[in-house]
Amino acid sequence: MNKNIKIAARHLNFYYGEHQALFDNNLDIPEHEITAVIGPSGCGKSTHLRIYNRIFELYRNHRAEGEVLLDGQNILSPEVDLLQLRRRVGMIFQKPTPFPMSIFDNVAYPLRLHYKLSHSEIEDKVEEALRGACIWDEVKDKLRQSGMALSGGQQQRLCIARAIAAEPEVLLMDEPTSAIDPVATLKIEELVLELKKRFTIVIVTHNMQQASRISDQTAFFYKGRIIEVGATDQIFTNPRNKKTEEYITGRFG
Amino acid sequence: MTSIANTQRRPLFFRRLGDRILAAFSYLSILIAVGGMGWILYTVLLNGAQALTPDILSSASKPYGEPGGGIANALLGTLLITAGATLLAVPPALAAGIYLAEYGKGNRAADLLRFCANVLMGLPSIIVGLFVYVLIVVPTGNFSGFAGTVALAIIMFPVIMRTTEDMMAMVPDTLRESALALGMTRMRTTLCIIARAAKNGLATGVLLSLARVSGETAPLLFTALFADTWPSGFFTEPTANIPVLITEYTTNSPFESMHALGWGAALVISVTILCINIATRCIFHEQKH
Repeated sequence: MNKNIKIAARHLNFYYGEHQALFDNNLDIPEHEITAVIGPSGCGKSTHLRIYNRIFELYRNHRAEGEVLLDGQNILSPEVDLLQLRRRVGMIFQKPTPFPMSIFDNVAYPLRLHYKLSHSEIEDKVEEALRGACIWDEVKDKLRQSGMALSGGQQQRLCIARAIAAEPEVLLMDEPTSAIDPVATLKIEELVLELKKRFTIVIVTHNMQQASRISDQTAFFYKGRIIEVGATDQIFTNPRNKKTEEYITGRFG
Repeated sequence: MTSIANTQRRPLFFRRLGDRILAAFSYLSILIAVGGMGWILYTVLLNGAQALTPDILSSASKPYGEPGGGIANALLGTLLITAGATLLAVPPALAAGIYLAEYGKGNRAADLLRFCANVLMGLPSIIVGLFVYVLIVVPTGNFSGFAGTVALAIIMFPVIMRTTEDMMAMVPDTLRESALALGMTRMRTTLCIIARAAKNGLATGVLLSLARVSGETAPLLFTALFADTWPSGFFTEPTANIPVLITEYTTNSPFESMHALGWGAALVISVTILCINIATRCIFHEQKH
């Protein structure tokens, strides 16, 4: 098996001030696959994910050491342009975060930000993104209404549309369904499976059924360390590590 | 482990009594607050309503002793002075508040700015008036509406700045993160997304500060002073305004008709401030939903 590795994390350490949250994380993210990151609360899953687009840099005292290679280029190096990086690596958050503007403008925002497009091109791209996020039929008649007026599940799909509009290469999802009801969650899971054809996806989840349903590869985090990485089938049926087994069988977490 | 079932219990009577006393205090406080405002409004309404005629609202005041005259010149003066103060205070106050909320966490310069703003807010307004008197009135040699504008702007600045900071800080960090994660710069995130999400809150701050200064009298006594003519030279002449008119006409004048005008002006300013406060509540309420 010779997969193309999209992202490779090498010897990652992460610090919140003095407190070290990640220890020597090494992880390969294969292209056009879904990698699930699982583990108990506070074990560093989100922290790890938030290094991939350097969003942690918003906060003082947050510091990452090591390398994250995106197509072989270390994105933690200071020469990397953050605005470019974040166009290539999109992110979906735990809580839906529609901007305080219309549905259309929400999705058009990243397009106008990164590309010079005519109005009709923007309209086409917005429709394409909304279709891609499986929300077009629900919003096509109210594109001018505020994005904040949608339901939670719709808001999250709107955010996915916004994230894929500028055509990133990687999508980071930080527990995207934890604030959403079960029916909407299933919709988003189907959507994620669909999106994998176009994007490389890394999804942090608390929900082990979710990880086993949608992911190709699973990484188990515990206390800031990556305990086990493997094909999802193997991790859930035949984990090599005792901790992994205890976690997926619900003995702790 | 020994059971506590047989331990002596506290008498229920005293617990209930305590509860009742506290409730009685709460109701009393409501009575003081609502009753106080009702009483003031009632008095102002009673005395002001008789004086308020369309004539009074459309004609200028007259010199002491001459019968007739209105408060229109003072209304216009107050409008000019407060509008000027708003123009002067809002841009820097918004900018400072945004700076504090977005870039001023754990930063010494920001802490200093915040501290000074708090002191400024607690400063008696008469001192601000005195300061502007020395700063503008003495060097230029005349009282002016503009000096009043500057004094009110100084009072408005910290109020707007602090509410702006609070309102911007209320926007969840996840919204900042998702804007940045799309590849926006920090500045664009702040101005186009966060300020937009907080815009009703920002408007609330401006309106509250407006309500606060529209009745300020002390700083205007030293700056805009008063005139019984229409405002003519905003930068060079004393300018009529409602708060000083009220002081002058109700306390310094022996004439009954002037007392009535003073009450009429008091009614106008009270109703204005009430309206601003109600508008503020409506705007803020809308933001929550």
